[in-house]
Amino acid sequence: MYHYNDFDRAFLAQRNAQFRAQVERRIDGSLTEDEFKPLRLMNGLYLQLHAYMLRVAIPYGTLNSAQMRQLAMIAERWDKGYGHFTTRQNIQFNWPALRDVPDILDALADVGMHAIQTSGNTIRNVTADHFAGAAADEIADPRPVAELLRQWSTDHPEFQFLPRKFKIAVTGAEADRAVIFSHDIGIQIVQRGGETGYRIIIGGGLGRTPMIGKVLCDYLPAEDLLPYVESIVSVYNLLGRRDNKYKARIKITVHENGIDTIRDLVNDRFALIRPQFSGVDQDMLRGIARHFALPDLQAGSAGNFEAAKSDPIFRSWADTNLTAHRHPDYAIVSISLKKHGATPGDASSAQMRLMADLAEGYGHDELRISHEQNVILPHVHKSDLPAVHAALKSAGLATANIGLISDIIACPGMDYCALATARSIPVAQEIAERFDALKLEHEIGPLKIKISGCINACGHHHVGHIGILGLDRAGVENYQITLGGDGTETTVIGERAGPGFSADQIVSAVEQLVRAYLSLRTAPDETFIQTYRRLGLSPFKTALYPQEQANAA
Amino acid sequence: MTPKVITANALLSGDAIWLTADDQWSGNISEAELIEDEAHGQIRLLDALMNGDVVGAYLADAAPGADGPQPVHFREAFRTRGPSNYAHGKQESL
Repeated sequence: MYHYNDFDRAFLAQRNAQFRAQVERRIDGSLTEDEFKPLRLMNGLYLQLHAYMLRVAIPYGTLNSAQMRQLAMIAERWDKGYGHFTTRQNIQFNWPALRDVPDILDALADVGMHAIQTSGNTIRNVTADHFAGAAADEIADPRPVAELLRQWSTDHPEFQFLPRKFKIAVTGAEADRAVIFSHDIGIQIVQRGGETGYRIIIGGGLGRTPMIGKVLCDYLPAEDLLPYVESIVSVYNLLGRRDNKYKARIKITVHENGIDTIRDLVNDRFALIRPQFSGVDQDMLRGIARHFALPDLQAGSAGNFEAAKSDPIFRSWADTNLTAHRHPDYAIVSISLKKHGATPGDASSAQMRLMADLAEGYGHDELRISHEQNVILPHVHKSDLPAVHAALKSAGLATANIGLISDIIACPGMDYCALATARSIPVAQEIAERFDALKLEHEIGPLKIKISGCINACGHHHVGHIGILGLDRAGVENYQITLGGDGTETTVIGERAGPGFSADQIVSAVEQLVRAYLSLRTAPDETFIQTYRRLGLSPFKTALYPQEQANAA
Repeated sequence: MTPKVITANALLSGDAIWLTADDQWSGNISEAELIEDEAHGQIRLLDALMNGDVVGAYLADAAPGADGPQPVHFREAFRTRGPSNYAHGKQESL
């Protein structure tokens, strides 16, 4: 993984010293809140319902054990002993005091981390496939490019006041685990005629007006990436609407101007600035790529891995939480932060330390955070899996539910977020507990539920197989269901099922949907989304609103 | 008009706070001044917005209760307690 050089360290030290002085001036009254707010947001500090919240970037979701331990230390020393991993591969601390934030930022800098551009109308944390560098189906590791983009976008003088926030995701595989069709720019590493280049998608996004990204360039030569991306953001910076916050994202710019017009403008800009890129960026990229060399993987027997499967608990975990590694003797381990009844994405300091220990002892010192709010050990030798499982089990981290109904994405919702219109976390907790009690989870099979507590869609509800959107209807929490969404390479925006449900009704409504699926599927291996695609909304609508259907008959 | 209270977040802790009749900020909504006159509410809000030790002051609907003002909307009710997933925030000391 990438290690900071002297330039990175000096930049961060200077920036943190500036912010420390800004906090002091706010506290002594020299700065008003109107003056201070943009400064704190530039450094990832929000003010939420009950406290400040510090959002720390985890670039492309990659951490080493020292960084994870530092997050654990920060949570314990300056917060309430836990952190919340988000759908954009960030971690949020929900309870820091204003005076402590400069110390927290210094502690992050000690391990090469920061909170810069995790807010504001800037280029945000660059995200990537959480299986990067380990997945069996990958053309190339997307993280060197993501790191190049991180360095380029951090404090980029042209892009500090964009019309609106701007999110970039990169994948190196055909199977899209980075949600690239729902980002402002999605980048896919592709091959053509033996050469490696990029497919560039722009204008995707969820939120109030969900849009699927459009292909701007089907194949971009590798060395053109940075000037091309810079051209896109430059065109958007000038063309994006600043008159209406709800029309300011690039998805609206693309929608209003048309992808062909945008492509012409980007190509004009590219022709102008391409000569300024002398190739230094490519030298830097080669340097960065050396930081991401595959660890020294050892061929060797899987030991007692197969024998351990005689334990049904281990077997169940191995069946759901392991993914094929590019090396046949290794596995990718997904650690579920979705224990039934727990808050999706939360990890205690003790859990963070245990995961750090496992990464150091068994995982070539690497951890990943997924946009699905789980933690990944990307490189674990199969012979070590029984020991890893036993350790995880001791910390409540061995729930065998990856990709199943209780592996729910949920935003913080109105338990924390000042923008939320309803709570998300309790809905996720209750759905997980309901299906755990029913003992149906494994019979149901792959099913993605995604919950957002407001229209901004941090919980990706539009692309959930079952999406849930919490709203305020006349002063009461109300939950709308969308069905058939998909956040992968076959991205689909879900369809709204009908009128919303109260907080008391929503979990039973989900149960009705799932029971309808179980009775409608042609065979146990037909998944929820396959059944939905075969039959459409109608039978699920009948299950959700039986009374309406009876009245219509 | 619907009765209102003035609420904000404390600068240092970020904690939810309410303006009392004697110009103090309390962590307990029941100690807040219940404002029933619109013009008075606007003047009190202007005063609150001038205070550098509080952030984001606004008028929130409230109802009179036996022990003082009570929240009306669920968002404001959550602000008097804390999150529902952990016993953190104000509910820790209740």
